Amino acid sequence: MTTIDLTQVRGLFFEESFENLDVMESSLLDLEIETFNEELINNIFRAAHSIKGGAGIFHLDDIVTFAHNAETLLDEVREGKHDINQVLIDLLLRVGDILRIMLTASKDEVEYDTQEMQICQEALKKALIESVENIEEIPTVESESVEESVENFVEDIEQTSKEWHIEFKPELPILKTGNDPINLFRELQELGELEIIANTDAMPDFADLEPQLCYLSWNLVLNTTADRADIEEVFEWIIDECELNITESVLENSEPKVESQEESEPVLEIIEETPEVETSATEEKTTVSEDTTYTEKVTISEDTTEPVHEEDVVNKQLHTQSGTNSIRVGIDKIDNLINIVGELVITQSMLDQIGENFAHSDIIHLRDGLSQLERNTRELQENVMRIRMLPISVSFNRFPRLVHDLSTQLGKKVELILSGEHTELDKTVLEKMSDPLVHLVRNSLDHGIESPEQRKQVGKPEVGQLHLNAFHQSGNIVIQISDDGAGFDVERIRAKAVQKGWITQEEKITEEQLYEFIFQPGFSTSEEVSDLSGRGVGMDVVRRNIRALGGSIEVKSETGKGSKFSIRLPLTLAILDGQLVRVGNDIFVLPLLSIMESLRVQTKLVNSFTGTVEIYKLRDDYIPILRLYKLFDIENTTTKLEQGLLVIAEGDGQKIGLFVDELLSQQQIVIKNLENNYKKVQGVSGATILGDGNVALILDITGLIQLFRNQTKSPPHLPLGTIRYE
Amino acid sequence: MNSDINDDIANKYLTFVLATEEYAIDILRVQEIKGWSKVTQIPNTPSYICGVINLRGTIVPIVDLRLRFNLDYQEYGSMTVVVVVNVISPNSKERIMGVVVDGVSDVYDVTETEIKPPPDFGSVISTEFVDGLATVSDKMVIVLDIDKLLNSDELAIIDGLSQG
Repeated sequence: MTTIDLTQVRGLFFEESFENLDVMESSLLDLEIETFNEELINNIFRAAHSIKGGAGIFHLDDIVTFAHNAETLLDEVREGKHDINQVLIDLLLRVGDILRIMLTASKDEVEYDTQEMQICQEALKKALIESVENIEEIPTVESESVEESVENFVEDIEQTSKEWHIEFKPELPILKTGNDPINLFRELQELGELEIIANTDAMPDFADLEPQLCYLSWNLVLNTTADRADIEEVFEWIIDECELNITESVLENSEPKVESQEESEPVLEIIEETPEVETSATEEKTTVSEDTTYTEKVTISEDTTEPVHEEDVVNKQLHTQSGTNSIRVGIDKIDNLINIVGELVITQSMLDQIGENFAHSDIIHLRDGLSQLERNTRELQENVMRIRMLPISVSFNRFPRLVHDLSTQLGKKVELILSGEHTELDKTVLEKMSDPLVHLVRNSLDHGIESPEQRKQVGKPEVGQLHLNAFHQSGNIVIQISDDGAGFDVERIRAKAVQKGWITQEEKITEEQLYEFIFQPGFSTSEEVSDLSGRGVGMDVVRRNIRALGGSIEVKSETGKGSKFSIRLPLTLAILDGQLVRVGNDIFVLPLLSIMESLRVQTKLVNSFTGTVEIYKLRDDYIPILRLYKLFDIENTTTKLEQGLLVIAEGDGQKIGLFVDELLSQQQIVIKNLENNYKKVQGVSGATILGDGNVALILDITGLIQLFRNQTKSPPHLPLGTIRYE
Repeated sequence: MNSDINDDIANKYLTFVLATEEYAIDILRVQEIKGWSKVTQIPNTPSYICGVINLRGTIVPIVDLRLRFNLDYQEYGSMTVVVVVNVISPNSKERIMGVVVDGVSDVYDVTETEIKPPPDFGSVISTEFVDGLATVSDKMVIVLDIDKLLNSDELAIIDGLSQG
């Protein structure tokens, strides 16, 4: 057999494995509530089994070994040999974590810390052995140990070594299902000493030989400590597609010969999972389609949207580049697109017809056609955007685990309520939001919700509530994280702000302004820096991340009642509400979100500051004026402040007055990447194409401020103003 | 292109004129040739980067080769020609760029063996961007290494960093 390039399916394997881990985790957490639910246990078992099987194909031996131990334990759980208790669940959760670490490391082809894996491995074995008293046989443990620590078990092997005769005759089309006998033999070899005799009797004449069929059968002699179940397990995936005859010949033991052909388990459904890819193109196709059936089967329990792998078939080269981001799209979304494109074609032909023999009387039809075209385009745009949309549950689903772990660690009782999980948002936004969300949830658990004793004292139920909610609101996505804990300690925030020198002892500021301080770098009210939070590097980063996505964060708190963070995010990153401004002959786009107001300059309010920067006094604020034409070296512009306009914009908490010639229209603009063909330009976040086909640059306020600072050399110390959200 | 067989197979080159010299680039790299259209300037870039244009929805930077090679500036007009090329960066990323030239001249077959290494002086451009010299129909053309040229200096990709 030639070695086959498995890199194509490699990415798929990791993707599926991570999905399987998610299934495992959520099932485990559910198991906590319903103590013995066979369906859940089967889910977990299947997930572990699939990971093991897949890892085997890619020769990720450590993962195979580790997953195998877990699988063995799960198998015993399934058979009711172990009680399902907190210890077991915690152990299995840890197994999941470690598998994730191992898989991530293999995916990125880096080393990982094996120590934790070994500890967990030991724990697993211990869990298996502890139940030894109840069970007569412990073969799997031993067989595993053969690989793990041969020296300890050498005697064992010699004591119980048996010789097995295996007649293995696969069905002719075995290779087409992606199974390769050589892998089975390799696996058998791991069990012990293996002798393979190939039987070529069934080989036809060369002329009749079908190269894709397997005419061979094999007689195998295996010397091993493993018992029948282990050997059968090797063949488990293809038991339906071969004749298998396992007999035991006596060495030390004198068991009678037994013929075996045990009926397969439902696990066999997963046979086709991560199949080996044969070189011929037709076979590749079959494997991919089998993959689809597999994923659908497994994911049914966790996700209602059907995963589709169409794109894999269409665009196979995508796989060859490892690390290519892919997205699973529901078939309904694709169907929708096809419908719309169909309508678009109809509209186009209609317009074509009108254009052919155009008379003035046709102008009404032309208008109709154009408005239809407009509708089609808009629908098409919306639907294409929707492809990138994922339900927020993808992100929310990690929280049950997080809350479970943290509340145990902190000795708090917390009930997590998730709602609006089906709210969809852009994949990129979702990915970038998950760290900030984790941080906020941690904060709520650590600082917000009190210990059960404290809660009892103030007359609240012992179990605290943490509520994660997501919903649409006027073209935005709002994510709320609220708890019924203690709320913010206003006095402590105040004290800290005074200590940091942000305000003076006497200064009177509102609560809202006080809350603003928690977003300042270096702020932390937590007296002790804990593992969870309190390092003071949190909230400012959270806000920066959210702002980078064009969103905002707002906080409400009531002492003793709890606090609530509301994050407002744009639906997508590809479209932006922009304000067009003119400087000289150039048109620039400012993100509407960053603009606070625009005004005519009153010259008497302009002051010079250290000779380099002009400062505009706007009500109680002093705002530096940035003359865009100067910064960008644009000619033919208004240079007199009173003749132009000042756009007050905010970037990263700093306000700045951008001096422009005039404001043009506001419109939705499609963001085009400048880096694709050029590179990043400071002060510019991208470009867009205007209605007349010309390119306009989208300005990035934060970058502009930095650029401005560098140009003015002496960095102006800008006063910290009251900062508005929006 | 190192095998013996390929040595004798002629590659097609597109030549264009810049001042008095004729330059050649691999025709497979040429995506299209178009007339001059209005560019949007990018602030704080060297003068040889004219700006960006909208090429059917893609933002494409335009480089003036005259200015790149320190030749005299020539007013852009209806006769100005932009050659749109595919450039492969060292990180094997493909970029589309436009180069402004005085005019396109011809398409020649040049075999690998016909391209001779350039002398170290005498050309208006730095020899690091030159693949070699070739003589076609009694004319000398300068074969440009478009990848080196359009990945140099200001055009180089600097990952994740914005250069002020």
